[in-house]
Amino acid sequence: MNAIAPISNGQSQSIVSRFAVPAIRCAGCISKIENGLSGVPGIISSRVNFSTKQVAITHLPELDDDQLRRKIETLGFEAQILADNPLAEEKGSTDKLIRALAVAGFGMMNIMLLSVSVWSGAAGVTRDLFHWLSALIAIPVIAYSGRPFFASAAMALRYGRTNMDVPISIGILLATGLSIYETATGGAHAYFDGAVMLLFFLLAGRVLDGMMRDRAREGIGALLKQTAPGAMIVENDGNTRWVAAKELQPDMRMMVAAGGNLAADGMIETGSSSFDCSLMTGESEPQPKGKGDMVLAGTLNLSSPVIVRVTAIGEDTSVSDIARLMDEAGQRRSFYVRVADRAARYYAPAVHSLALLAFAYWMFAGAGWHQSLLIAVAVLIITCPCALGLAVPAAQVVASGALLRKGVMVKDGSALERLAEVDYALFDKTGTLTLGRPTPVNLDDLSLTQKQVTLALAQASRHPISKGIRSGLLALDIEPAALDDIQEVPGKGMTAHWNGVKVMLGKPEKSEDHLSSQLTVGSENVVLQLQDEIRPDAPEAIARLQAFGLPASIISGDNIRSVSLVSGALDIPAQAGASPQDKVEAITRLTDSGHKVLMVGDGLNDGPALAAAHVSIAPGSASDVGQQAADAVFTSESLLPVALSVKVARRTMQIVHQNFALAIGYNIFAVPLALTGMVTPLIAAIAMSLSSLIVVGNALRLNGAAN
Amino acid sequence: MSGLAILIPVALLMGLCGLVFFFWAMRNDQFEDLDGAAQRVLIDEQDEPS
Repeated sequence: MNAIAPISNGQSQSIVSRFAVPAIRCAGCISKIENGLSGVPGIISSRVNFSTKQVAITHLPELDDDQLRRKIETLGFEAQILADNPLAEEKGSTDKLIRALAVAGFGMMNIMLLSVSVWSGAAGVTRDLFHWLSALIAIPVIAYSGRPFFASAAMALRYGRTNMDVPISIGILLATGLSIYETATGGAHAYFDGAVMLLFFLLAGRVLDGMMRDRAREGIGALLKQTAPGAMIVENDGNTRWVAAKELQPDMRMMVAAGGNLAADGMIETGSSSFDCSLMTGESEPQPKGKGDMVLAGTLNLSSPVIVRVTAIGEDTSVSDIARLMDEAGQRRSFYVRVADRAARYYAPAVHSLALLAFAYWMFAGAGWHQSLLIAVAVLIITCPCALGLAVPAAQVVASGALLRKGVMVKDGSALERLAEVDYALFDKTGTLTLGRPTPVNLDDLSLTQKQVTLALAQASRHPISKGIRSGLLALDIEPAALDDIQEVPGKGMTAHWNGVKVMLGKPEKSEDHLSSQLTVGSENVVLQLQDEIRPDAPEAIARLQAFGLPASIISGDNIRSVSLVSGALDIPAQAGASPQDKVEAITRLTDSGHKVLMVGDGLNDGPALAAAHVSIAPGSASDVGQQAADAVFTSESLLPVALSVKVARRTMQIVHQNFALAIGYNIFAVPLALTGMVTPLIAAIAMSLSSLIVVGNALRLNGAAN
Repeated sequence: MSGLAILIPVALLMGLCGLVFFFWAMRNDQFEDLDGAAQRVLIDEQDEPS
C-alpha cells in the first residue's frame, strides 16, 4: 500500500502515503494543508497535487494512515487514503509518448527549415546537402519516435491481424527508404519532412489519448485494501500473535478490537458487537451480530471486541467475490470497441488496397517502379489518419477539461462516448442521492447541558448516527460534558455517568424511524430525529436527465423505509434491499432489453454495478472502490454535474462526428490527387497539417460546452 | 554557403537545447501538477507562520 523509502540520513525509514482530498479548490487550500501538516511531529514533508486533488505525505512509520487522515480532517478537509496507483506503468507509457512527441517535434521543425529552402528553389549541391542533413536528422528521429507505431504494428502482424499502425509504419518506412534512395542518387525530392510530420501529428493524437487514459484508475486492488492487513490470532494456550492476512488459515481464532477491520470472513465465537456492513450491503444502519453470526472481511467492528473463528480467507472472502464481479464486469465492457479502432478495422485494409492498386495501375501504365512506388507512398501518407487520429482524443481532452472545471473528473475518454449513448439512469441512495451523512434536525429540543452530555456520548462512538449528532453539535460550538464510565452496548447505544446520574444515548424504546436516537438523562427522555438530506439540486438534476430522455430510478441496498422516503421526494421508482449481485442483475436485465445504463453510486457495494453499467459516475465522497470503478467522479455536493456530464458528452460526440466528417472529407479530396500522382511534398505537407489543425480547432469549441 | 555553415548548426543546437531542457523538466516532474503551479503563485509565503 505504501512505498517504503529509506531516508538519506539512514536513521529511520520514511513512508509516503497518498490521500485523496476532493475539497482542494484554491491556493489557500494548498497552503493551509501543506503548512498545517509541516508542523506535525513525524511528518517530514507534504505536497499537494492540485490537478489530481491529492496530498502526498512523507512521514515516519510511527504515524499510521488513520492518524494522518484525522490530521488532515482537523485542518478542515475530508481525506481518503489512496492505494498506489496500479496503473502507474501506464503513466510511464504516456511519458514515453510525450518524449517521442518532443523528439518528433524537434526533428520536424529542423527538417522543415531545410525543406522550405529546397522548395523555394535550392538546387544542385545545396539541395543535396540539405537532403543529407535532413536524412541525418530524420533517421534517428524516426527510429526513436516511431517505436510506438512499429512495435504495435509488429505485434498486430505477428498475430496475423492488421491495425491502424500497420499502414502508418509501412508508409513511414517506405517514405524514409525512398527518401534515402533519392538522396543517395541526388534526386529532386525527399520525403523526410512528410514522414516526420506524420509521426508528430500521430503522436500528438496518441499523447492526448494517453492523457485521458492516465486519469483512469483501476479499482480491484483498492477494493481488497478494505480488508485489514492482518489480525491478532488467539492461540489455544491463550497467547496472541499478529498474523498477516495472507497467512491466515481457516479455523484460526482472531481477535477483532472495536474500531478494527476484519481481515477474513468468519463466525463470531465469543462476544457480540455491532458491525458497519454498509460497504458490503449498502445498509447504512449498523448490524448487531452475536455468537454464531457470520461476519465478513472488510466490515468494521464498531463497538466491542469479539473473537472470530476464520471460515474463509483471501480469495474465498466475500469482498474478493465483489472484486471478481467487478473484474468480470469491467472485462465485459472492454469489448466495447473505441470509435477510432472501429474505423481502423475498415480503414487500414482499405488504405493498403488503395496504395497497392495505385502501384499496380501506374506500373501497368508504364510509369516505372520508382514513380509507381512514389505514388503508392504518397497515397499511404496522404490517407494517413492524422486528422482521424486526432478527431476523437482532441475532442475528448477538451471536453473533459471543460468538465473538470465544473467539478467532474472524467477518467477515460471512452467514458464520454459511452455517456453520450446512455438512455437509462440508475441511482444508489445513500451517499449518492442523499449526502450520506445523517444530520440532526431537532437539536433545539435539547437544553444546553443535554447538548453537552449528548456531545460527550456521541464523541465516544463510531456509529454513523453518533457522527452526525457530533458534527451537528460541534457546529453549535458546544463543549462536551465530563462523563465517567462510558460504555457502548452493541445494538443499544452509549451509556455513562454524569455527576452520578446515569445518562444514555441510543436506540429509542419506541423506534418508528431508524434515523433517530434517544437521549436519557436520569428520568428525562428526548428523542433526536436525524435526516439524511437529499443532495441539493437532485430534483432538478433528475428532471434534466429526463429531459435528455433518461428515465431515472433508485436501486439501493438500504431498507425499504428509508428508500421510499427518497423515492417519494424525488418521485421516481425504487428497488430496496438490493445486494451487489442484485444491482448487477438489474443492470444486466436493462442492458438485455436494449438499454444503455448510467449507474450513479458511491459505496463498495456499488462497485460491481458501477463496473457493469454502460457508464458510471460516483460522487467525490464515494468509497475508494466506488471512485475507482466509476468512469467519472463529481466533487460537488450538488447532483447537477451528472446531468451536465451527459450534456457535454453528447456535445462531444457531435464534435467527434463532425471531425470524422472533416477528416474523411479531406481524404475524399486528397486521395484522388495522390492517386493521379499530382501531389508534391509541399501540397501533402500543407494538406495534412491543415486537416489536423481544423480538427483540433473544431474540438476547442467544446471549451464552452459545459457552461 | 558559409553563412549556412554557421546558421544550420546554430539552429540545430538551439533545437537540441530545447529538447534537452524539456527532457530534464519531464524527468523532474515539472509537468505533474500544472494547475497547482498556477495556484501556488498566489501563496504568500511570508504570511504563514511555520
